Amino acid sequence: MTTRESQDGRTGYGWPARLHVVTGKGGTGKTTVAGALALALARDGRRTLLIEVEARQGIAQLFDRDPLPYQELRIATASGGGEVRALAVDAEEALLEYLEMFYRLGVAGRALRKVGAVDFATTVAPGLRDVLLTGKIKEAVTRTVDGRRVYDAVVLDAPPTGRIGRFLNVTAETARLAKVGPIKTQSEGVAAILRSPMTAVHVVTLLEEMPVQESADAIDELTRLGIPIGTVIVNATRPPVLAGAKVTQADLRRGLTAAGLAADKETLAGLAGEAKAYQTRVAAEASLRADLQGLGRPVVELPVLPGGVTAQSLESLGDLLLTSA
Amino acid sequence: MGTPKLDVDAILADPAIRIVVCCGSGGVGKTTTAAALAVRAAERHGRRTVVLTIDPARRLAQALGLTELDNTPRMVKGLQPDSAELQAMMLDMKRTFDEVVLEHTDPKRAEEIFANPFYQAMSSTFSGTQEYMAMEKLGQLRAREEWDLIVVDTPPSRSALDFLDAPARLSRFLDGKMLRLLLAPARAGGRSVFNLVSASFGLFSRTVTKILGAQLLTDLSGFVGALDSMFGGFRERAEQTYRVLQAPETAFLVVAAPEPDAVREAVYFAGRLAADRMPLAGLVLNRVVAVPAAGLAADDARAAAERLDELGGHPATAEVLRVHAELADQRDRQAAVSGRFLRAHPGVPVVKIPAQPADVHDLDGLRSIGTSF
Repeated sequence: MTTRESQDGRTGYGWPARLHVVTGKGGTGKTTVAGALALALARDGRRTLLIEVEARQGIAQLFDRDPLPYQELRIATASGGGEVRALAVDAEEALLEYLEMFYRLGVAGRALRKVGAVDFATTVAPGLRDVLLTGKIKEAVTRTVDGRRVYDAVVLDAPPTGRIGRFLNVTAETARLAKVGPIKTQSEGVAAILRSPMTAVHVVTLLEEMPVQESADAIDELTRLGIPIGTVIVNATRPPVLAGAKVTQADLRRGLTAAGLAADKETLAGLAGEAKAYQTRVAAEASLRADLQGLGRPVVELPVLPGGVTAQSLESLGDLLLTSA
Repeated sequence: MGTPKLDVDAILADPAIRIVVCCGSGGVGKTTTAAALAVRAAERHGRRTVVLTIDPARRLAQALGLTELDNTPRMVKGLQPDSAELQAMMLDMKRTFDEVVLEHTDPKRAEEIFANPFYQAMSSTFSGTQEYMAMEKLGQLRAREEWDLIVVDTPPSRSALDFLDAPARLSRFLDGKMLRLLLAPARAGGRSVFNLVSASFGLFSRTVTKILGAQLLTDLSGFVGALDSMFGGFRERAEQTYRVLQAPETAFLVVAAPEPDAVREAVYFAGRLAADRMPLAGLVLNRVVAVPAAGLAADDARAAAERLDELGGHPATAEVLRVHAELADQRDRQAAVSGRFLRAHPGVPVVKIPAQPADVHDLDGLRSIGTSF
């Protein structure tokens, strides 16, 4: 990855952006990758914020916590003494907060909720929901206290590839609808940050056809929208052993016998079948890997986690993210 | 374990079953499952079938003869000679929305609606539209009475629940207090949105105008006014579809993969279907790894691979043994993960579909999944 100068020299490694948007097809493990990245970028005394926007409570599950409230809470400690905070953004809460901030509504805000206006505004007024969500993200990215930024980096566990363009472009959508007024101003501010070098959208994929195709489509779409693409992260990869090797049952019989195992017919046929299926996969994966390289973005591979996600495995994924980017 | 086996063929063959709905979280092979069910229903059980897909992979779509999103059922070619007719279609949500509008209003009014920026945004980007339009399309297909069986793939929603909630949410919106407030002036023929409401509503209207801007409110009011004239039966339609889903002619299949997130969603979804009194037929568990050399334990295989490394001369066998060990471990992990569903819903029948070595994108691939049913 090419390094851009970060503004204060504190953001860093190979991940120069301040807002990391992590997307990917459903089931590719983007929440895990987002968590590992937030932890990695918080190392050595930094502070990061990990945000989710789809009310899935995926972050709480990843870190084995109770469901997150609409509050920035410390969720993990990074190696070298940094901190990750987490936030589950809720569109309704964000709207009320926004009204409070700009209009000091107080009681009237609660009244709005009663008439169903908040429900209305967040679920139906097109794009308003996403403006509120992205607006909250922008606020966290740019927040300062005493002239210092509160977060060194913000990592967003974003909607999946199928919706990411719409989610990130929705500010443009709203700006088209609302020709004047604070919503338009707000939208434009968010759009400007999303299209600046401050932002990078990372795409998580598996070495399977659909996720690779959707990654390519999403990168294409975001590029057309002028939103910067970061890294392609290939998750859950397996070692490409046996590639091109010819494995016969005769070889296997000799091998098993040498190892002191029973070389009965079922075992031999079974192992040969397993080897063949593995080779089919490895060959398919090699061609998908080449497709991903062709996207022209840096590619990072993360191994499959045989024991599932643990604090330790998140740490080691973080190592890989930091060193290979 | 005493989990009942899901007999998919019995469902597909049952003339009383007219609708099969596949639901589950994204990335579990829902669309492929729906397509495989449809092919099997037509070829094996002789049922005239249509499959409604939402967002198929390109090559799967091609296998079904779908080259573009055209919202019309297309005949699937290349089926076995004695097969019943199979048609397939891809949902185009904007076009479906347009059709609903045209059906309920005169052409002049429809033009106005199509030109409204709110309609344009809502028909293509509103997050509930796809779910709602999938329901609407299902209702339309059923009303045509051209098929024995309709197989529906559900949208890749952020949560599988949106599919069930969409009709209620949309009709709640269209019937809502908020809408009535917005409509009051439109119905009274007034131009400004809030000029007729009481003084106590003043703060609210000022706030809304301030936040959204007056132009946006005018557009919105126009949109809502136009919709209101034709969506008298909107809620009724939504509720009708909902009742069809509850009827015995429908069978819900929850689709999952043996991974923690997908199983958690499946557990939740099965519970939700029960709560809404939707007929859950069973769980389709995709991507279950098969271990042909089942007699060889993972640890033994790993130890043997190490012995071979030391001995030298058998590198391929050592690799095969390691591959086998990983596979056996994966099988055990999958069993543990899917156990969560079986414990949460012990009576629900399950069918396991073996992991396919390569992606499925032709009829043969779909047939081979079909044989696992």
